[in-house]
Amino acid sequence: MRDVAIIGVGHTKFGRASKTSLELFSEASLQAMDDAGVIGQDIEALFQGAALPGFEEGQVMPAAFSAAELNLGHIPATRYEGACASASIAIRDAVMWVSSGEYDIVLAGGVEKALTMGTAFATRTFAMSCHAPTEGPAGLTFPGVFAMAARRYSKEYDIPLDTLREKMAQVSVKNHKHGALNPRAQFYKKMGDLKVEDVVNARMIADPLTLMDCCPFSDGAAALVLCPAEDAGKYMDDPVYVLGTGQSSGSSLSKMGDLTKPVSRIQSAKVAFKHAGLEPRDIDILELHDCFTIAELIALECMGFFGWGEAADATAQGETDIGGKLPTNMSGGLIGKGHPIGATGASQVYWIVKQMRGEAAKGNQIDPVPEYGMTDTLGGDFGTLCHIILGRTKR
Amino acid sequence: MANKKVMKKEMVGKEQEEIEKELSNEYIALTYADYEAGLKAGKLLGLKCASCGGITCHPMPVCQWCSGRHLEKVELSGEGELRTFTIIRVASEGFEDDVPYIPCLVEIKEGPCIIGRLDIDVESATQGIIGKTVTLDGISTYNGDKFVSGEHVCPVFKIVGQE
Repeated sequence: MRDVAIIGVGHTKFGRASKTSLELFSEASLQAMDDAGVIGQDIEALFQGAALPGFEEGQVMPAAFSAAELNLGHIPATRYEGACASASIAIRDAVMWVSSGEYDIVLAGGVEKALTMGTAFATRTFAMSCHAPTEGPAGLTFPGVFAMAARRYSKEYDIPLDTLREKMAQVSVKNHKHGALNPRAQFYKKMGDLKVEDVVNARMIADPLTLMDCCPFSDGAAALVLCPAEDAGKYMDDPVYVLGTGQSSGSSLSKMGDLTKPVSRIQSAKVAFKHAGLEPRDIDILELHDCFTIAELIALECMGFFGWGEAADATAQGETDIGGKLPTNMSGGLIGKGHPIGATGASQVYWIVKQMRGEAAKGNQIDPVPEYGMTDTLGGDFGTLCHIILGRTKR
Repeated sequence: MANKKVMKKEMVGKEQEEIEKELSNEYIALTYADYEAGLKAGKLLGLKCASCGGITCHPMPVCQWCSGRHLEKVELSGEGELRTFTIIRVASEGFEDDVPYIPCLVEIKEGPCIIGRLDIDVESATQGIIGKTVTLDGISTYNGDKFVSGEHVCPVFKIVGQE
């Protein structure tokens, strides 16, 4: 198996798009191809994350049309669907195929047009990645799932719910601060000085989560060009290497056990660390799946960065902000940058690569540039988990 | 390679009766439709594993604890502990008329957790009710939408000692 490098990255503006999904994905792909200095004829396969295109544009099989739209020739083009983790599992499989020696240069990424659906329909289609037989008739929503997890977190760690809500709000404050500095973010120049009280007093969505505890619905795309590590120097001076990946599957909410310690997330992160030969203390920067404020706390603990029940205080003390022990979601995360679900994993990788090149937006770029970075992507209610560890030097 | 045995098999095909016989094997001890029918009749049904003795609910094709294949249908108490809940204020399309409603997670006495709804006043649904004993008290019916055909149900629980 060969090591794999990222030699090009692309990312559309997140928010509301008038362009079609095919156009959005093409835009991100062309940016990535230009960045890598490759042309369509160089691409041997396409791996595309897309969660709900059938509902957004009446389009299934978008990967084949994406390849066609870019005139990539009659190459294999495959759609990956793992709800909000779709792009991450597409990237992971792209890494596997390049690693195997089957392909040398591939395009991987994702796209979504979820904002276009409107809140009621988007909430309905997002809830389709809950367990339909048991969670469907109960009318469970995604905010509902994480609200239930937040109440468990409060109970488990004996943190009064109102206190926990204020601590969770710090996640939203931090991620909006960085989203507001990111020109590619949905909330660029918006809500950069959000206060804790703005979060806790916002409209209640699923008690105890308010609108400001939630990431938005978004349109957007992101893409990467991958090649074998040994060839990366031919394309650019500062490639980023994929050091490890992990993927894991969960279950229906009722069978997952402790909602505050999802096994799927713990296991996927462990596999990625083992694969990379690294430990949590080696990671300099993190892009994680903050679909809700509570989700960021649970993710930080599951990946081993903080002890159980300690991420809330760590966040309140600034340990996950710029200048802290582990800058997390310096792109704005899903909350500040937006969450076009099928594209999110590729966006997370994009921002780690940008950090490693020193090209993140001012105020979000960490100094010195990170040596090791990691992404965490969650699909459904802990149904699909994927982690990717990146580094500036080969293993 | 000299000793490699070549199996000679006549490619005559398999008898239709044999294929039909294969199809008659039952792999599902309690179907979801039968589980829902039980709920409609006021019963919480589950599966008892002959290997580990554990209870599986909602039903699965194998034991949820040990993956055992020998499962027997049993009726469960319907009583358990409220693990967590939420009050939905913004619903999915199709559930707008139910708002506010309270999905919950209950750990039933026999071991497994199940998802349902909690029948309680919104004002009384505070953090303090977590850990209380609840019992099965009917069903909530979802009539489906253009993506879900037919009527589906989930269990409704009430807190024991509260009317």
